[in-house]
Amino acid sequence: MIPIFLIIATPFIAAFLILISRNTIAKNYLGWFVLAFPLILFASLCTYIPSISKGKNFIETVQWIPSFDLYLSAYADGLSLLFGLLITGIGSLVILYSIYYMKSEQSLHVFYIYLLLFMGAMLGVVFSDHMLVLYTFWELTSVTSFLLIAFWYHRKRSRYGALKSMLITVFGGIGMLVAFLMIHQVTGTFSIRETIEQVNILQNHPLFVPVMLLLLFGAFTKSAQFPFHIWLPDAMEAPTPVSSYLHSATMVKAGIFLVARFTPLFGGSTLWFWIITVTGMVTMLWGSFIAIRQRDLKALLAYSTVSQLGLIMSLLGIGSYALHTGNIGLTGFSGTALFAALFHLINHSTFKGSLFMVVGIVDSTVGTRDLKRLGGLYIMMPITFVITLISSFSMAGLPPFNGFLSKEMFFTEVLKVNELSIFSLETWGIFLPVIAVAASVMTFVYSMIIVFQTFLGKHQPDLLNQKAKEAPIGMLIAPALLAIIIILIFIWPNVLGDYIIYPALLSIMPSAPQMNPLTISVWHGWTPELFMTFAVILLGILITAFLSVWKKIYRLLPDGLTIDALYQKILSSLEHIAGSSTRLYMTGYTTDYLVYVYVSFALLISPMLFVQGGFQIDFSRDAPLELFEVIMTAVMITSAIGIVLSRTRLTSVIFNGVLGYSISFFFVLFRAPDLALTQLVVETVTTALFLASFYFLPSLKIENTTKKKRVSKLLIATATGTIFTITALAVKSFVQFDSISSFFEDSVQLSGGENIVNAILGDFRAFDTMLEAIVLFIAGLGVYVLIKVTGHRRENR
Amino acid sequence: MKINDVILRAAAKIVVFIILTFAVYLFFSGHDGPGGGFVGGLMLGSALVLLLLAFDIETITRGLPIDLKIVAAVGALIVVGTGAAALIFDKPFLNMSSFKLHLPIFNQVKISTMTLFEAGVALAVFGVVVTIITSISKDV
Repeated sequence: MIPIFLIIATPFIAAFLILISRNTIAKNYLGWFVLAFPLILFASLCTYIPSISKGKNFIETVQWIPSFDLYLSAYADGLSLLFGLLITGIGSLVILYSIYYMKSEQSLHVFYIYLLLFMGAMLGVVFSDHMLVLYTFWELTSVTSFLLIAFWYHRKRSRYGALKSMLITVFGGIGMLVAFLMIHQVTGTFSIRETIEQVNILQNHPLFVPVMLLLLFGAFTKSAQFPFHIWLPDAMEAPTPVSSYLHSATMVKAGIFLVARFTPLFGGSTLWFWIITVTGMVTMLWGSFIAIRQRDLKALLAYSTVSQLGLIMSLLGIGSYALHTGNIGLTGFSGTALFAALFHLINHSTFKGSLFMVVGIVDSTVGTRDLKRLGGLYIMMPITFVITLISSFSMAGLPPFNGFLSKEMFFTEVLKVNELSIFSLETWGIFLPVIAVAASVMTFVYSMIIVFQTFLGKHQPDLLNQKAKEAPIGMLIAPALLAIIIILIFIWPNVLGDYIIYPALLSIMPSAPQMNPLTISVWHGWTPELFMTFAVILLGILITAFLSVWKKIYRLLPDGLTIDALYQKILSSLEHIAGSSTRLYMTGYTTDYLVYVYVSFALLISPMLFVQGGFQIDFSRDAPLELFEVIMTAVMITSAIGIVLSRTRLTSVIFNGVLGYSISFFFVLFRAPDLALTQLVVETVTTALFLASFYFLPSLKIENTTKKKRVSKLLIATATGTIFTITALAVKSFVQFDSISSFFEDSVQLSGGENIVNAILGDFRAFDTMLEAIVLFIAGLGVYVLIKVTGHRRENR
Repeated sequence: MKINDVILRAAAKIVVFIILTFAVYLFFSGHDGPGGGFVGGLMLGSALVLLLLAFDIETITRGLPIDLKIVAAVGALIVVGTGAAALIFDKPFLNMSSFKLHLPIFNQVKISTMTLFEAGVALAVFGVVVTIITSISKDV
């Protein structure tokens, strides 16, 4: 077993390796090189299965800043292992598929780097125990998925979809961050495990509900739950392997993971149950309803993902009742709903991953995904057809495929939950089976659309961009493997159940070891669930047969009143408000900006200082004034007045130089040779700089301003000058702490340098110096870029 | 604008070396006397500024085939690197250390990681100052 830290780090290391070796690896081999990493990760995660399925958990911790409760920790239990296996397993297949799919891509290494970074971020999310680390990886998945979705950034739709997904998921992520901070406030720990141990403290705290809502906000935006589902269909603009990865195994499952991870904390509360169940149900229903309407195969799959995520989410919600205190024995709890959720999660990854790959194959061979133009492809593409058939039928919940098993379990749960007498389920619970059946009917319908409208029906070769033919064998391997897995899971579901799902369930429900081991059975008798399936199939066939009639319903939907339109409206009005309010104060005149600074100084800060007694002037400890000092001061005052009164820039620059050099005299006078030296050189260089830049500016123009403006400027100047003077005097007289000079008494021993100034700069306060050097570097780069880039643009125009 | 600046050029050729020497002196003396990385770097920069004033930019850039942005970046990297190097020896970030060496001619010489740190500062300052000045005057 290799450490979990290394597992998280490997994709990042791999990405770096590709970056530095991008010119040495031939493009043909790059994919195979990349493929090695997730395969190794998958294999090494598999070595964890035996011990984790026995109930052992792994935790690795590295301290970072203990005083701030910051540390890195990797935590492997059943739940994170399940997700880790999905991420690396499906990830391997996706990379295998992209080796053939992305062949002609120019910036192939960039694609793999993004993909690996994304994979690493996902692994980080599922294996983190520290909430802030989890949050960091969470947002990293948003950023890297942004890069992946916008991979073909020259397309406007790709950029739009990427931006949309990032805006929505990052927005949710921030809510989640606030929830984490609140949890830390209440429990005093950032560790998820320790928080769960303190579940009672949090449950009785007034922040319990806000924390829950914010956390769910993060989870729902990520998992594309209604009404945040709008980003997912636009995210399909990504290259198909990316869609396959994001939609089947990773990105959108992060929200599911979060809900599952925090179920021990919130499960059992009425609010948690209802919010998740209802949101999941609504998402499932709405997603499947809209999916039927789509003409684009990929859009159809995207909405179907929305719907399936809703199903999993609602199962998590239903399962959370089991944690309701006092009801465990009462309801004969067995955690089956949570089990079903995890089971369907895996099944969804298999069939949806395969379906996306198949759509990619169709798209790349015939050049279109439009259902109106497709049809009759089964003769030319028999293997693709078979794979699609298996995956779609699994999605529709038909035997002998794995989707059937989890769908039956779903029906069992919605029926069982009705019998509960908590959460007012005895009255409202009746809607759950109804919605479940309705959504399943529509799921059946769109699953059939994929198969029949693409592969059966009339072939119209003249509508297709390319002649249809079977895809290259390499492209078929990954979806075919998934199709085989779909059938294998149906045949031996309990292997998966015992070794993967059950340990994961234990980490959601730590109190559950005493429950009976669950067995998934293919045949469970003539139960109501089976009759529900019959009803689904019957109704589904009916709707599929009269699809044109059914589609008339969609015309009843108002066009402008969608959530997507709302998103557009919010976005454009935000831009508008931001733009107009910025234009209000960013006038482009330096004078105005100076006025803001000075007025706020005079009107906001100084009264505050007066009120708090900040101005205490004390001349008693002053040294006597020397004649030389008076003369230098007079010179400085004269040159300052000279700057203001000069009529050309050259004169004012020279006066400014005089001012600077006289300051260095003062440094000499007060025996600060370091400062004097620095001041002299700085003054020389800046004067040269000023001259270099001012030489080319037009000559100063005499301002013809109104009297009112002049008076106001005079007032501002006087007020600012007075306050500066008083502040300077007050700062000098302000003695609240002892001088820190005693700290530097043994500086020679401590730093080895006899020049105290440099000992401070280079040793005692080296952090400041370091950051200053970096700031200077960035500023210099900024100047360079501003001048050079605008210069280039001017030349190109 | 071509003015006759023979005297300036003749003087600059000599003065630049004096300034450069002084800059190096300032940099090394910074450990025990006035000076240090910031002034040293600025002094180096001002030597170049003098050359820029006396001659034109093309001549100088041809004679100095280094990208000054990279010099600045290397400086910033050294600054951070010396800080991070302390971590390798299991010391706090930016921990400095020094020791004394007896060399034949120089007698006692102090070797300190602070000098390396200051060298980074000097390079960053030098690179940035000259980059800014050349890019501003080149543009127009």
